[in-house]
Amino acid sequence: MPKLSYLKALNRALGDEMARDPSVCVLGEDVRVAVSNVTAGLVKRFGPERVLDAPISEQAFTSFATGAALVGLRPLVEFQIPSLLFLAFEQIANQAHKVSLMSGGRARVPVTYLLPGSGSREAWAGQHSDHPYGLFAHVGVKTVVPATPSDAYGLLLSALRDDDPVVVFAPAGALGVREDVDPAALGPVPLGRGRVHRAGTDVTVVAVGHLVHEALAVAEELAGRVSVEVFDPRTLHPLDRAGLAASLRRTGRLVVLDDSNRSCGFAAEVLATAAEGPRLRAAPRRVTRPDGAVLPFAPALDRACQPGRAGLLAAIGEVTGVIEEGGGT
Amino acid sequence: MTADAGPDPDLDLDLYRTVALVRGFERRAVELVRAGVVPGGIHPCTGQEAVAAGVCAALRPDDLLTSTHRGHGHVLAKGADPARMMAELAGREPGLNRGRGGSMHAADFSLGVLGANAMVGAAVPIAAGAAWALRRAGSDRVAVAFFGDGAVNQGVVLEAFNLAALWRAPVVLVCENNGFATSMRTADAVAGSVLGRARAFGIPARAVDGTDPRAVRAAAAEAVARARAGGGPTLLECAVYRFDAHHTWEHTARPGYRSAAEEAAGRARDPLEVQGARLAPGVRSAVDAELDALLDAAVEFARGAPHPDPAAALEHLYATEVG
Repeated sequence: MPKLSYLKALNRALGDEMARDPSVCVLGEDVRVAVSNVTAGLVKRFGPERVLDAPISEQAFTSFATGAALVGLRPLVEFQIPSLLFLAFEQIANQAHKVSLMSGGRARVPVTYLLPGSGSREAWAGQHSDHPYGLFAHVGVKTVVPATPSDAYGLLLSALRDDDPVVVFAPAGALGVREDVDPAALGPVPLGRGRVHRAGTDVTVVAVGHLVHEALAVAEELAGRVSVEVFDPRTLHPLDRAGLAASLRRTGRLVVLDDSNRSCGFAAEVLATAAEGPRLRAAPRRVTRPDGAVLPFAPALDRACQPGRAGLLAAIGEVTGVIEEGGGT
Repeated sequence: MTADAGPDPDLDLDLYRTVALVRGFERRAVELVRAGVVPGGIHPCTGQEAVAAGVCAALRPDDLLTSTHRGHGHVLAKGADPARMMAELAGREPGLNRGRGGSMHAADFSLGVLGANAMVGAAVPIAAGAAWALRRAGSDRVAVAFFGDGAVNQGVVLEAFNLAALWRAPVVLVCENNGFATSMRTADAVAGSVLGRARAFGIPARAVDGTDPRAVRAAAAEAVARARAGGGPTLLECAVYRFDAHHTWEHTARPGYRSAAEEAAGRARDPLEVQGARLAPGVRSAVDAELDALLDAAVEFARGAPHPDPAAALEHLYATEVG
């Protein structure tokens, strides 16, 4: 089977949907030359009118997309840098997202916001390394973080077809992932439905985005000693609570691996959801960025703030009672 | 086209009717705030009605607009049903937005009103984006962005001016300069000028007497024609005086940022009288009587309209349900 890379999957999903639906267009910075690679080849295929380079005016072009969506377009807005979402938060969370409710269901804003390279890229420093998916989940914007190429393809397709604003985070740590894929089998992946990547019986590891691959590596490493189930919510809001509950019923233990800051982060919501359900066999753990972290520049410092395998191993050891030698914090 | 194309009895009647409709609507809305029927208060547009009337008289039914927190006039002038509008202010189920929007967001999307926005200036890029999309689709429809003088100090508004000019969006930028951003005087808030901001982006801009519906209509017609023909955005700075409070909250709090003498001077030129003087007395009184009946019925409708069911509080949060 051919290999499909995560970035190519995004590119293919966008191209396929633009071919299928003439109302889909792209708005962003340097999208014609495809700085992020997501829009590679699209100007040639669809013309510059459908792949529009915007000046560095993130707030205005984000709301331009809202206006365009209100009259029938389905724009995809690309942000090169995850922290740009802080700048455009008003335009997404307070404008586009609220139109449906405030209009009493009489208007809709089908815009997809794509972050190709969210989270740390190592040494991109304090203002280019955030992973603010939790903010959007908190305010109720549909929030998607695909982990694999086929999910990236399918979730981006579903986001583009959804009639609400959807933010799609493509973690920098996942962009290089490749997967054997039958191209004919690629299709939309429904929003709001999680995925069990690996079944297990001792502990559920809920992992987000690129960290799914870390979780799978740890699960493999522990095979034979601890049976780890890896649950990928894929859509952080609305969260697949039924899928999560089913996994917890199987394992009775929970560790969350989440690349957001600890306090009020996505992992906190997963733990709270679990705490409201049937009693777990052990107190749950979360492995996250530190409280209120700002990622420092120096690569070793950047890495020190990111959740990873060592912390996950230690947390699994704690909740299962299996002590892992050399487990980090 | 000249600023005043001369007498046109049908147009004069139409303009007067809209100004009087908005005036009468706002008077009753304020009464309903006092009576506790309209929760949350309103931002009355009394004194500024000529802008809504004049601009909307220059639009086709399929043209678009975005409005503001002081937006009742724009929405009514675009043709919204006053009864359902009043019911929206009262938070009732038959309201324009099923009671989910309220005074600051009352909008009839079916009439091309792309929302009334409570964030100052936030709708300017939305109107411009809609206009850009229409032009891109080969349509000759235009959009109007209404905003106040307070909005011209918002960065996103200036970004939107740039994009609208750059992409020749068929948008008419209508600044209602009422002299105050809540309590702050324009002179204390605006370095340079409103017109200068537009001209810096190569956008033609002109000052308009915002108390004269005819003058507003003539200026808007020119700007709309230019936008329709592919000429891009135009800014109109309409000088008005806000007769009433920034928000009905002031009726009890009385923050006192302008003197009674100043208010009296500001009210001396009243768009209702400016336009009313252009009608024969009998014609004017007939319109007034018709509007009184219409608006009294709107109040009655709003008062009697059912409240939304709290169990459906978050209905319409999403257009597409997930999961």
